[in-house]
Amino acid sequence: MTENSAIGSVKSGVKSSGNNGAVTDLIETLSDSEVAEIEAECAHLPDRQSAAIDALMIVQKHRGWVSDQSLFAIARLLGMSAEALDAVATFYNRIYRRPVGRHVVMLCDSVSCYVMGADRLAEQVKAHLGVQFGETTPDDRFTLLPIPCLGACDHAPTMLVGEELIVDVQADRLDEIFAPFE
Amino acid sequence: MNSPMEKPLTERIEQNDGRVVDIDAYEGAGGYVAAREAVTAMTPEAVIELVKDANLRGRGGAGFPTGVKWGFIPQGDAAGPGPKYLICNADEMEPGTFKDRYLMTFDPHLLIEGMIIAAYAIGAERAFVFLRGEYFEPYRALERAIADARDRHYLGEGVFGGKFNLDLRLHSSAGRYICGEETALLNALEGKRAQPRLKPPFPPASGAWGRPTVVNNVETLCNVPAIVRLGADWFRGLGLTDDAGTKIYGVSGRVNNPGLWELPMGTTIREIIETHAGGMRDGYTLRGLLPGGASTDFLVPEEHLDLPMDYGSISAAGSRMGTGTMILMDDSICPVDISRNLQHFFAQESCGFCTPCREGLPWLEELLADIEAGRGTMEDIDTLETNAAFIGAPGNTFCLHAAGAIEPLQSALKYFREDFEAHVREGRCPYRKNEGNG
Repeated sequence: MTENSAIGSVKSGVKSSGNNGAVTDLIETLSDSEVAEIEAECAHLPDRQSAAIDALMIVQKHRGWVSDQSLFAIARLLGMSAEALDAVATFYNRIYRRPVGRHVVMLCDSVSCYVMGADRLAEQVKAHLGVQFGETTPDDRFTLLPIPCLGACDHAPTMLVGEELIVDVQADRLDEIFAPFE
Repeated sequence: MNSPMEKPLTERIEQNDGRVVDIDAYEGAGGYVAAREAVTAMTPEAVIELVKDANLRGRGGAGFPTGVKWGFIPQGDAAGPGPKYLICNADEMEPGTFKDRYLMTFDPHLLIEGMIIAAYAIGAERAFVFLRGEYFEPYRALERAIADARDRHYLGEGVFGGKFNLDLRLHSSAGRYICGEETALLNALEGKRAQPRLKPPFPPASGAWGRPTVVNNVETLCNVPAIVRLGADWFRGLGLTDDAGTKIYGVSGRVNNPGLWELPMGTTIREIIETHAGGMRDGYTLRGLLPGGASTDFLVPEEHLDLPMDYGSISAAGSRMGTGTMILMDDSICPVDISRNLQHFFAQESCGFCTPCREGLPWLEELLADIEAGRGTMEDIDTLETNAAFIGAPGNTFCLHAAGAIEPLQSALKYFREDFEAHVREGRCPYRKNEGNG
């Protein structure tokens, strides 16, 4: 489903870049530091396209997500088609092709957390944040996503908030858990 | 180090009071002695023979003999022009598995030292740690450790002042379970969609960028330094059964003390659960367990508690030791619903390349959801069984993702069939006494 919508958005991207004319302008939409970081990855790889995932992650690190415009610019920089790059982008969990909130909350839904009540916790987190999986809070603070096993199963249930792993999550302490994330 | 080391993987962490073992602490405890010895005083062939002799088998789940895998790598001119690669598979994402996170976070130099020795043995001057993207703590620990090792010339140009060079890089995955499949991992490393490759050729013949490549799990590589330092006989002697060494076993679920323990290979399931994990919590009874992650067949307490956790014994019982980190299902958990949870994972993580996996797994998930919701028929149970056998049959798909998905399902149908039938008879889930009881 994600793939279908992403393909749709690429088509609209083709159109707008066509209207804007020169393709070199596209690369200029990337910042100097983004280009420098991507080039650094390319430098140690056998070919530029091998840096596709790294490049997407670099741009996402700077902008929070990968827009159509960014996708086209990266594709141009790496010498590949935007379609091929989007096939890569939409394959991976951690590459966002839509804007996300300032903090992405990833709630583990795999078996160890399931055994320790993750399904019920998921309902409580959704109610607490007022969003369903895949949605962002109206203040752009949190995006809620499910994630497979976070590898802290002896402290299930678990979740990630941004880069912070939260273990032994208790539903009655969600206020406290989310408070440090502005 | 004269002490007879019993926990080559975790001893240093314990001696360091559970704090991260930095480069000074690591070297203070005999670290990098083995790698220096291997690189400066042993031939690559001798290292490979030693690891073969030690009978080290892959700790990522498949159990392939590590030295044999290394021996497949062409040496010298036979390798052709261009680099060879060593890849550490650190994409820990098998549900219920949390051992590699521990090793990398607390003793990152152990992995680096294991990689130096492995890379030297196969003649690889390029190496990557392919790390689970969500593993932020291990990332920071490894990033620091790699920089420290490079500063002391244990990595980079002229490792230990010799002629061997090793460029070791940390690659953070963009995230998909299938990246743990070694040829899918190689495609991901090459910046592509992580679809498994047709095999043969296997990676030692044609791996990363078409070059000879070895892919080894974190725990596997972490065993290598002690083998070089203390020898093959010592390593084989650690195991209680035919399999050598120690194993990091783990338990999650409703036990008193969930966690990880490095124990002799072949420790029984009963000892792991009852002695180390402290037994089941009050009020809960063990119904079944997945011995080594989500993609292993259920075992049951009536038949299997006294089995040694090793490759052969668990296979003989119809399951797999897998990653050795077991997930316990207690009597409050519905076997149908846990099966639905497992198939949800596998359906979602299918790369989508092969039809039986892409179409079949979501369909199994849906059937299970129907049965769980009380909408199932007895025929649905038969359909599950028939199609599980078809989807899981080797040769119907490129890789073993679908086969792994079927392992917990076919065994749930075998051991908990009565629960499936009760759902149909009663038209509801007998376990769902309270709303939201997951």
